Amino acid sequence: MNVVVCVKQIPDPAAPQSLEPGSHTLDRSGKLILDDSDAYGVEMALQLAEQAGGGEVTLVSMAPNGETAGLRTALAMGAASAVLVSDDALKGADALTTAKVLAAAIKRSNPDLVVAATESSDGYTGTTPVQIAELLGLPSITFAKSVAIDGSTVKVDRQTESGYDEVTASLPALVTVTAGVVEPRYPSFKGIMAAKSKPIDMVTLSDLGVATPQFGQEITSVDNAEARAAGEVVVDDGEGAQRLLAYLEQLKLA
Amino acid sequence: MAISKIWVVAEPTEAGLTNTSLELLTAARSLGGTVEAVSWGANAAQSAAVAGEYGATTLHDVGDLANALPGASVAGAIAGALAAGNGPDAILIPTSYDGRDIAGRLSAKCDLPVLTNITGLVGGDSLTTQHPVFGGEKIVSAHFTGSGPGIFVIRAKSFNPESSGGAAAAVSTLAVGDLGGTNGATVVSRHVEERVGPKLDEAPVVVSGGRGLGEASAYSLIEELAKQLNGAPGASRAIVDAGWVPYANQVGQTGKTVKPDLYLACGISGATQHMVGMKGSKNIVAINKDPEAPIFTVADLGIVGDVHKVLPALIELLKAR
Repeated sequence: MNVVVCVKQIPDPAAPQSLEPGSHTLDRSGKLILDDSDAYGVEMALQLAEQAGGGEVTLVSMAPNGETAGLRTALAMGAASAVLVSDDALKGADALTTAKVLAAAIKRSNPDLVVAATESSDGYTGTTPVQIAELLGLPSITFAKSVAIDGSTVKVDRQTESGYDEVTASLPALVTVTAGVVEPRYPSFKGIMAAKSKPIDMVTLSDLGVATPQFGQEITSVDNAEARAAGEVVVDDGEGAQRLLAYLEQLKLA
Repeated sequence: MAISKIWVVAEPTEAGLTNTSLELLTAARSLGGTVEAVSWGANAAQSAAVAGEYGATTLHDVGDLANALPGASVAGAIAGALAAGNGPDAILIPTSYDGRDIAGRLSAKCDLPVLTNITGLVGGDSLTTQHPVFGGEKIVSAHFTGSGPGIFVIRAKSFNPESSGGAAAAVSTLAVGDLGGTNGATVVSRHVEERVGPKLDEAPVVVSGGRGLGEASAYSLIEELAKQLNGAPGASRAIVDAGWVPYANQVGQTGKTVKPDLYLACGISGATQHMVGMKGSKNIVAINKDPEAPIFTVADLGIVGDVHKVLPALIELLKAR
């Protein structure tokens, strides 16, 4: 069973984030790493392919400047190869544009299953995977807490407001996974070495036959949010709990 | 484009419509023009009554989807109306599991961009949206530049729901059209998880735990304190990622947005993505060993201390009341 995993390479969340002057979109010129959310997608894909008795896990990603660092991390986990779309025309691209690009790249692999995170950790739009599913004409099941393949059907426990639903769809299909759905494996030293020579197919928009996009939206301004008034900070010297109780009583919650 | 007709995707529940749907109907009213709701399910009459109470004059009914997930059908129905020239100038959709499916499919079907994570809307010739970035430290304003109707996906608790006292909306059937293979996801069974106490996003008190708890078993302190305060237990993304608690407990950008009267952050550092989910709480208390933890910048009361000492002591004091 062949699986494609959409992965994103994002500015390191531990580093200070900034917006581009002018467009006010996220500055992606610094170090990019594999989005933590996508480690779950990669692990899920690897496990499902293993359980199905074999098959390739292909990564598909869109990133500026031909960035591959995050892809090597996912290849080190065990993915077989990657397709990276990198094109200056995609700078500041919105979700729909990203979906069109990724869908075109995924189509070339013709997978049985497409896996993605529910949303990225930098953009948080949360619609790209389902936009991809619509463009590819696939059914989708989002917010998977667990995923299993039974023959040509994918079975998912899907998060809901009140618990979860058991949802099925025939393959080919797209699934998005929540954090904690599986425990991502740490790449072994062997995996890291092997990743160095795994193929990454670098493509541009014209390679994919995708027209130069117009993003259809723009950021007009960035302002500081209203700051909360500073509160009181006290060091617990054994009286911390009492202080809290007094506060709760004052709020009439205790 | 000038906004004269707004459609609000209103998600049905057993008893009516979701709270976020009511918030969006209220927001739509403030933008002027006609407000209509789009909904689905087996009880259009009930949905129309509630939608009308919150200002919708028509309820476009996609029908009983049987067990199909709503995304493809509802998007298909709205797309059909747009193609026929009967559609709205703007579509407001709640940020919910199904809302995002609907927004994504509609966007791709009609080749219309989406704006998401919206916490504010400013009316005018075209709508300007507001979005929190960098943990809510900054607010970004945006708008669509094209001529098509806009798809706006709005975060929960961005607007206060207010009844307009209107009569039930008129029910109008909305045809779904051909969905090809996209409608294949089917619900086989529904599981309602037993919950003690209030729902996380409705609780007046939320007690949340983070990495500072040290290990999964320490989360029992969070649950006990929440119980003592008649609140709900929440979690930072860090401990959900670590598998200590389920995703359903997560508060933050990628979890629930909560606005309780009191939010108690225990062993939570205050990463930007967590802040977005709880910054709007009326009162915030933080307990953390690290005096530099960013959570203290939003706390009304901060205790620099060890949660393993402070929480058990507080629980004992509460039990002794």
